[in-house]
Amino acid sequence: MQVHVSINGEKHEADVEPRLLLVHLIREVLRLTGTHIGCDTTHCGACTVLLDGRPVKSCTVFAVQANGREIMTVEGLEQNGKLHPLQEAFMAEHGLQCGYCTPGMLMTSYAFLKKHANPSEEDIRWAISGNLCRCTGYVNIVKSVQHAAATLRQGG
Amino acid sequence: MIPGAFEYHAPQSIREATALLAKLGDDAKVLSGGQSLIPLMKLRLASPRHLVDINRIPDLAYIREADGVLALGALVRESDLEDSQLVRTRYPLLFDTSKVIADPIVRNLATIAGNLAHGDPANDHPATMLALGAEVVASGQKGERRIPIVSFFTGPFATALRPDEIITEIRVPTPAARSAGAYLKLERKVGDFATAAVAVQLTLGANGACERVGIALTNVGPMPIKAEKAETILKGQRLDDGTIKRAAQLAADAAQPAADLRGPVEYKKDLVRVLTARALRKALARVGAA
Repeated sequence: MQVHVSINGEKHEADVEPRLLLVHLIREVLRLTGTHIGCDTTHCGACTVLLDGRPVKSCTVFAVQANGREIMTVEGLEQNGKLHPLQEAFMAEHGLQCGYCTPGMLMTSYAFLKKHANPSEEDIRWAISGNLCRCTGYVNIVKSVQHAAATLRQGG
Repeated sequence: MIPGAFEYHAPQSIREATALLAKLGDDAKVLSGGQSLIPLMKLRLASPRHLVDINRIPDLAYIREADGVLALGALVRESDLEDSQLVRTRYPLLFDTSKVIADPIVRNLATIAGNLAHGDPANDHPATMLALGAEVVASGQKGERRIPIVSFFTGPFATALRPDEIITEIRVPTPAARSAGAYLKLERKVGDFATAAVAVQLTLGANGACERVGIALTNVGPMPIKAEKAETILKGQRLDDGTIKRAAQLAADAAQPAADLRGPVEYKKDLVRVLTARALRKALARVGAA
């Protein structure tokens, strides 16, 4: 089946089996390997991308479902060589160790901060509760999101 | 893992969808949110040879209150329920429930209709809909019919839907004045199924006695369980420590949990007892606060 998707603003087309998972389209067919596969059970969220602006677990969506729709992956955060405030914040606050969960954390946080400009710590913890991290204990991830929220509120 | 191969269909109307399902029969499954079905397919516990994706059908994602009913379209996502001011303020039991289903990302795709149609006793909405006394609208080749929720669940992963039918709407009666509900779920972590969960919806009469009550249980039996004996003992009674304790025990007696990694049978039954009492008290407090 032909699938037409727009990823990070670029149009792509591919001929795929219906059973191809969206995460495999992104990683294997389109070679955007920033999106990660961390589990087999829809738990970890390392595969989180935005589908028409909403975070979804791309391992639990078929590529054909994304036909004609817009996807944003972690590669889309950087614009014209400039990192997004979330990426800067994760660096500043040491929000990653191995980095495996990080793309998922970034995409979930990106969508979350668009809807919530001034979240509390508890708001952030609930927002990222679909993204699992085995390294950090989440503390610096929360700080990173708070840091980014502050930057974005100041127009950064 | 990789699901088995299947043919993919994306109908653009309810009629097209039901015609496809009628033609394909048992070889087809409906793809709604896919957040229960696709994980099963990845483990090859389900290998439908055809998927009928209903997500392209327009006008199925509405949340509307009119004429004494809250009507929810089949493609309402759990996150839509969470974001709805109407649901949060006027249907707190439903709001409570949507917030504890899976996790926030899954909730962006998971549909309330799929949560019911999947027929998994571990899903959360079945108990809530039983407590609310809801109705499922099913559309098939022969047209539309309404299935009362008490007749909807027929066995583990089995519902009263015919092979050619899809749920198109869920109808929740608007509660009377002096009504409130609560959903309490114990889970080991966010995203887990319930170790046990209890849904309560009650209406108090002018004299403070219980006029109507629905109590239903999640994941403590092969099907979602309506705790009818617990409900009966409360009707016409004031809710106090004594009546709540008796109702809670009857709800626990109605539970038929299986022992598993979440706990042994005795533990789950006692959880039902405790959660029922707490949910009744929480609902009562919400009535009082209103």
